[in-house]
Amino acid sequence: MSELRTQEFQINMGPQHPSTHGVCRFILTLDGEVIIKAEPVIGYLHRAIEKICENRTYAQCIPVIDRFEYCTSMSSEMVFVLAAEKLAGIKIPERAEYLRVIMLELNRIASHLIWYGTTSLDLGAITPFLYGFREREDVLDLFEMTCGQRLTYNYIRVGGVSRDIPKEFIPKCHEFLDKFQGKVDDYERVLTENPIFLVRNKNVGVLTPQMAVAYGISGPSLRASGVKWDLRVDDPYSIYDRFRFEIPSFQNGDCYDRYLVRIKEMRESAKIVGQAIEQMPEGDIMAKVPANFKPPKGEVYSRIENSRGEMGAYIQSPGDSKKPLRVKLRGGSYNQLQVMPELVRGHKVADVVAIMASLDIIMPEIDR
Amino acid sequence: MEIAAIFKYLYELLASTGLPSMLVDIIALGFAAVVVFLFLALVALFLVWLERKVSAHIQQRFGPMRTGWHGWIQTVADAIKLLQKEDTTPANADHPVFYWAPIIAFVAAFMAYVAIPFGDGLIVSDLNIGILFIIAITTFTIISLLMAGWGSNSKYALLGGMRSAAQVVSYEVPMIISVLAVVVFAGSLSMVDIVESQAKIYQWYIFRLPFGPIAFIIYIIAATAETNRTPFDIPEAEQELVAGFNVEYSGMKFAMFFLAEFVNMFTVSAIATTLFLGGWQGPLLPSWVWFLIKTFGMVFVFMWFRWTYPRLRVDQLMEFSWKFLVPLGFANLILAGWMKSSGWFNW
Repeated sequence: MSELRTQEFQINMGPQHPSTHGVCRFILTLDGEVIIKAEPVIGYLHRAIEKICENRTYAQCIPVIDRFEYCTSMSSEMVFVLAAEKLAGIKIPERAEYLRVIMLELNRIASHLIWYGTTSLDLGAITPFLYGFREREDVLDLFEMTCGQRLTYNYIRVGGVSRDIPKEFIPKCHEFLDKFQGKVDDYERVLTENPIFLVRNKNVGVLTPQMAVAYGISGPSLRASGVKWDLRVDDPYSIYDRFRFEIPSFQNGDCYDRYLVRIKEMRESAKIVGQAIEQMPEGDIMAKVPANFKPPKGEVYSRIENSRGEMGAYIQSPGDSKKPLRVKLRGGSYNQLQVMPELVRGHKVADVVAIMASLDIIMPEIDR
Repeated sequence: MEIAAIFKYLYELLASTGLPSMLVDIIALGFAAVVVFLFLALVALFLVWLERKVSAHIQQRFGPMRTGWHGWIQTVADAIKLLQKEDTTPANADHPVFYWAPIIAFVAAFMAYVAIPFGDGLIVSDLNIGILFIIAITTFTIISLLMAGWGSNSKYALLGGMRSAAQVVSYEVPMIISVLAVVVFAGSLSMVDIVESQAKIYQWYIFRLPFGPIAFIIYIIAATAETNRTPFDIPEAEQELVAGFNVEYSGMKFAMFFLAEFVNMFTVSAIATTLFLGGWQGPLLPSWVWFLIKTFGMVFVFMWFRWTYPRLRVDQLMEFSWKFLVPLGFANLILAGWMKSSGWFNW
C-alpha cells in the first residue's frame, strides 16, 4: 500500500474578506485547519496622509488627519492638534478642554461599540452587531448636532474646537448616558456568560505581558495582559487628571479578557463624559491663534490614549512656515497586527478571526 | 371538511373509472408528490420570509417592508431575481459533480416527505420503516455538500464541504440514538404508529419523564447541527470561509441549496413534532392545522437559536458530539429500554 501523503496548503484571507476589518490580507499556511504560518500583507489602504500633510497648512491638515483613524476621528485630530499646540505653546480655554474630553470619550464609546458589534459578528452572532450599532447611532447624532459630521468631524482645531455645543446637546447626552449603562448590561447578558462565547474566547490567543511589551502593544490589549498602562493616567494630557475613573485591567491576556477590558472601558468612558458635563464651565472655545499660524522651529511628539492603544503624532516644524516639514503618525493597530502571526500559530482558522476581532485592528491606522 | 377525505374521494373517483389498479396507484402517487412538492415550495418561500422577519424583530429592525404587506412577496421577488442571474461555473470545476450537487441536495430534502404524516391520514406513503427512511434519505444531503465542495475546485468551498461532512456524520449518531429511544418506546418505526402512540397529551414523548425530555434536547441539538444552523453553522461560516461549500454557486443552483436548507429545517421540525410533540393530534382544530402549528413552533425555536448564539469552533463541535451527546444518548437509550421492559411506565 502506498503511503498517504499530506500536504500543507495556503489560503489567502483577504483583502476582500468579510472578517478582516477593512482590507487586511493574511496568507495562511494551513495543516488541515491548524495554522502553521500567518503572514499579514498591508498597504491596501495607503493614502500617503503623512506626505500630504507636508504640503498643507496646519488647519488644512486636520481634515486629512481625520482619515488617519476614521473610527475615532476625534482622537486623530486631537493628537495632531496637541502636537501643534505644544510646538507653539498655546494655552487653550477651559471650556474647549472639556468639550474635547467629552468628544474624545464619546468617540471612544462609539469605537468600542463598533468593536463589540464586529467581534460578535466575527464569532457568528449577528444580533449583538445591530445592538452595538443602535447605540453608536445615538453617539453619532450627538456629533452631528455639534459639528455636522458623523464620521470625520474636523472639530478639534489648533487653539480649541470649531464650535460650541448646541443647547439640546446636554439633555440629549444625559439621556444617552442614563440609558447607556443599562444597554451595556444588555450586551453583557448576550455574550459575557454565554458558554459558546466562553469556549471560543477563553485561552485563545494568549498574549503574555512580556510579549505585549516586547511588541510595543498598548491600549486595551495591553491592559488585558495585566499591564496597567493608560496614558490618560500615566502621562495625563488635556485635563484627564481632573476626572475620577478606573483603568480596567485583567491578567490572562486571552481574547476573553480583551473583551472584558473593552466592555468595562465603555462604562468608564460614560462616567468621564458625565463628570465632564457636570464640571464644564462657560466661556470661550477658541484661544487667540493667528490666522497665519506659524509655529517656531522645532520638533515635538504628542501621544494620547486611543481606543486601540497609544496614538502619537510627531511634527517637525522648519520655523517661519505655515506647513509642517514632516509629520509622522503612530497608531496602536500596527503593533497589534505585528503580533498576530505569533498569536495565531497553532490555532484554528476560526481563531484567527476571533483573535483579530479581539485585538480590534483597524487598517487605516496601519496603512495611513 | 378534512383534507384527507378529499384525497380519499379523488382516489375512489379515479379507481371507479376502471383503470388497472397499478396505474391508479401510480397516478395517485404522482398527484400526491406534486401536491407535497408545491406545498413545500410554498413553505420554503414562507420560511425565508419568516426567517428575515424573525431575525429583524429580534434585532429591533423591521426587515422587508416594501414588497407587499410587511414584505410578504419579498422572497418571490428574490426567487425571480435568482432565476434571472447568470449561472456561472468556475473554469476548473469538475462539471458533472458541480452540476449535480444542488440537485441532489434539493431532491434529498424533498424525498423525506414521503413518510411524514401531515395530518390524520395525510401521508404520501405510510412506510413501516418510516423514520429509518427519513433519516437515511436526509443523510444524502452530506453527499451533495461534499460534491459541491469538491466540484467547485475552490479552497474555501473544499474546507466548507469537508467540515460539513465531518459535522453531519458526527451529529447523525446522537440524532439517531435519540430517535431510537422513542422508537423503542413506541415499538414501531412507522411514523403513523408513533403518532398514534401519543394520543393523550401526557403520552407525548417529550413529557415521558425522564427519558423523553433528554431525548428531545439531544434531538434538537443534533438537528440544529444537521441543518447547519447557528451555533453549528460551521460549514458556511461566513466570517471564516466566506460562504463555505456554496461559495462558487450562483443563480438557480444557489437558490436550490438555499431552498433545500429551509426545507431541511422544516423536515427536522416536522420530525420533532411527530416524534415528541404528538404529531397531528390536538383538540378542536383539524389535524393538519395542529401539525403546522407545532412544526412552525419548532421552526421558530431553530430561528431563535440562530439569532442568539455565536458559533462554535470545528474541534469544539466534534468534542461536544462525541464526548457529551453520544454517551448521554446511549445512557438515555438504555434508560428508555429499561423503562419499556419494566412495564411500570406504560401509562
